[in-house]
Amino acid sequence: MQQPNKLSPFFENLNFERDDNTMVINFGPQHPSAHGQLRLILELDGEQVVKAHPDIGYLHRGIEKMAENMTYNEFLPTTDRLDYIASTSNNYAYALAVEKLLAVEVPRRAQVIRTMLLELNRIISHLFFIATHALDVGAMSVFLYAFREREFAMDLMEDYCGARLTHSAVRIGGVPLDIPSDWLANMEKFCANLEHELEHTYNALLQENRIWKMRLENVGVLSAEDALSWGCTGPMLRGSGIAYDIRKEEPYELYGELDFDIPVSDLNDSYGRYRLYMAEMTQSVRIIRQLMPMYADTKPQLMAHAPQYISAPKEEIMTQNYALMQHFVLVTQGMRPPKGEVYVPTESPKGELGFYIKSEGDPYAYRLKCRAPSFFHTGVLQQLLVGVYIADVVTIIGTTNIVFGEVDR
Amino acid sequence: MRKYVPKGNVQKQSYYTDRFHVVPSTPRTKVETDDVFATHLKTLEAKITVKSSRIELNCMVVEINHEDNFKALEVLKEECGYAMLSEMSAVDYLAKDKNFEVFYQMLNLKEVKRMRLVMRIEQGLALESVVPLYNSANFAEREMFDMFGIVSNNHPFMKRILMPDDWEGNPLLKTYPLHGDEFASWYEVDKIFGKDARDVIGPESRDEGKIERYDSKRFSRVGYEVPFGTEVTPGEEVKTEIEYSKTFLVDYTKGESKTIEERK
Amino acid sequence: MAQHQVNYTSSGGLPVALTTVDHLVNWGRSNSLWPLTYGLACCAIEMMAAGGSRYDFDRFGTIFRASPRQSDVMILAGTLSKKHAEFARRLYDQMTEPKWVISMGSCANTGGMFNTYSTVQGVDRIIPVDIYLPGCAPRPETLQYALMMLQKKIRKESANMNKNTKQNLRLM
Repeated sequence: MQQPNKLSPFFENLNFERDDNTMVINFGPQHPSAHGQLRLILELDGEQVVKAHPDIGYLHRGIEKMAENMTYNEFLPTTDRLDYIASTSNNYAYALAVEKLLAVEVPRRAQVIRTMLLELNRIISHLFFIATHALDVGAMSVFLYAFREREFAMDLMEDYCGARLTHSAVRIGGVPLDIPSDWLANMEKFCANLEHELEHTYNALLQENRIWKMRLENVGVLSAEDALSWGCTGPMLRGSGIAYDIRKEEPYELYGELDFDIPVSDLNDSYGRYRLYMAEMTQSVRIIRQLMPMYADTKPQLMAHAPQYISAPKEEIMTQNYALMQHFVLVTQGMRPPKGEVYVPTESPKGELGFYIKSEGDPYAYRLKCRAPSFFHTGVLQQLLVGVYIADVVTIIGTTNIVFGEVDR
Repeated sequence: MRKYVPKGNVQKQSYYTDRFHVVPSTPRTKVETDDVFATHLKTLEAKITVKSSRIELNCMVVEINHEDNFKALEVLKEECGYAMLSEMSAVDYLAKDKNFEVFYQMLNLKEVKRMRLVMRIEQGLALESVVPLYNSANFAEREMFDMFGIVSNNHPFMKRILMPDDWEGNPLLKTYPLHGDEFASWYEVDKIFGKDARDVIGPESRDEGKIERYDSKRFSRVGYEVPFGTEVTPGEEVKTEIEYSKTFLVDYTKGESKTIEERK
Repeated sequence: MAQHQVNYTSSGGLPVALTTVDHLVNWGRSNSLWPLTYGLACCAIEMMAAGGSRYDFDRFGTIFRASPRQSDVMILAGTLSKKHAEFARRLYDQMTEPKWVISMGSCANTGGMFNTYSTVQGVDRIIPVDIYLPGCAPRPETLQYALMMLQKKIRKESANMNKNTKQNLRLM
């Protein structure tokens, strides 16, 4: 292997001088439309891509290794940084996996709050998708509009947990806080506003926009068989005509009681996926609307009662000796879940986010594997990009909606 | 003499375990309790030797020999309807059992069933790649190779995926420390500036709780800040006048304080 | 004939402003800082939000550029992994003088919570940093404040600036 230094850099043994007519171009890792740190090595024949080779790992931070060196509660804030656009869905997926392992029942009020936060997070993530996707394709104004709405959603998130981006709003066994007093009223206002904006701003700007349709229609066509084979989930799978949503098929939390539709598109292309994202936001608003009245008739308990694993509420810790002792042990040593392994899938805004946890009964997980949807969606680029023109590459990267925090972990 | 510390697993260990602590196990049931899983298992058993099987937390876990991995996945895909390979990776048991556990997490979308195919493989042996069956294994197998060093035969592009090509070591092995080894700690310095720069740049600071009193480049000198890069000799520090906002660094013990008045 | 000549002495002010070259150059430099869009991780989202409609970074004269050749300040927003480090340095070398670096977020400052094998423990190991911006992730206001601090810093500097030369030599 060559010894790389500053003067003769190291190009991963790729041949840039070739005998045939193809040209190799390097895209990223710093590229404004690479959605982070994607590096694509494209082999071009004229303007057409012959071979695409996604090179990832530029944001590899060793999160799975950290999980083996942290107690279960310590690790929770780290999950925020996986899919950093929708932090709560990561917190939730992890917390749910640990709860399944512990066999802990979450109180109903916490369930209502969690489901609301998850759907709010879905809206935040989808608005971000619309913003960046439109920006990549060339519609700058949509970015400004979508970020305006996203800020309102972030305000709600901030009112609840105090953070804009890294929420840690869901804990193992429940939620840490009750919702603030006028939060539901604000949420109602936000929902009404969002519905209006979706109808009158985004749909008006994009849905029948000639340029938007020309750039998106029949670009990034992924058949149902390929989508399954590549492990695509979420909007990528539903955009290929397969109606599989984990919220509906394997209901977790309160999704079994709620009434909502799963939008499916059989267009198989980027435009269908864009329509899907828009429809999902409407469904999220619908879910939040159903959850708001459910909150009123719940008991105020927020954390599950399982003294072996989960600390008692703060009032009890401050007043009762035994609760304090439990809390001390849980904080200094960490909880010791049963021996076994669990894989729990959840539907994050990007697709199936699952955590595989192997526990040996120690306070530290023996192995934690995060099944990130974006990781597999990056793999599809190897197939989707072949044969397209170079101008469509950006559209296709945008439509997969990959986030590098969870691709590289 | 120093106490012998086993090096097989250098991950963080619990510093105290109660002598009488009995580790419970997750509830496990027989596969026969679920009709759909039972038929799938029967189909699999007809073709492959199944070492053990159970249902653990809504998920069927089937253990097979690692030589049969391709055949088993073929049966599961073609005959049992497991159309998607959600995830695959490995677990390091080198310190305990001298082998890896490789798992394939599968999903049947029609019947909404999930199962996990588990196999043990010794270090140095290679698995058969399942990319011809499931394209999603393309990246997953590369990641497994990167993280554990388990090679997949007949993979189209068996190279490191997350770590750089010239990286040494497999990060998720239990023998690999969290903070990285010697190679990892100097990787970026060696690559950008060459090995000569090691002395100039200095080693990484890995101690989260470290406060360098005389480091003028970081934030550890509240009240004693100096301009960037100023040399400060221990014991001769000069108190510098710095404009803070009025609410910051107020000495509450002296003088009038609005906050304390309010609290009273 | 219309009188179009202004009597400056009576209407309060001369058409000349007296200043030093330092002030003039630094005024220009500090009020049109063009950052490189160098989003690395979570902080990049807050950087985008700062450029978005509510926080409106453009009013600082801050327009994000996609090319290092056109930018003055590099905002390292997020975790810098060891795999990426050489690219960060290469981008920094490609920027034209004068150039400044803002290290945004705990990960870029010190490695932050990612005290692991694959994270560079502080970007100042490979790039000279001007402003360290704490937070995980810092809010957009914090980024704007950091930029204002950088402007302050630039205004104090000499226009004939070779501040990076020493650092570069040190790190060569």
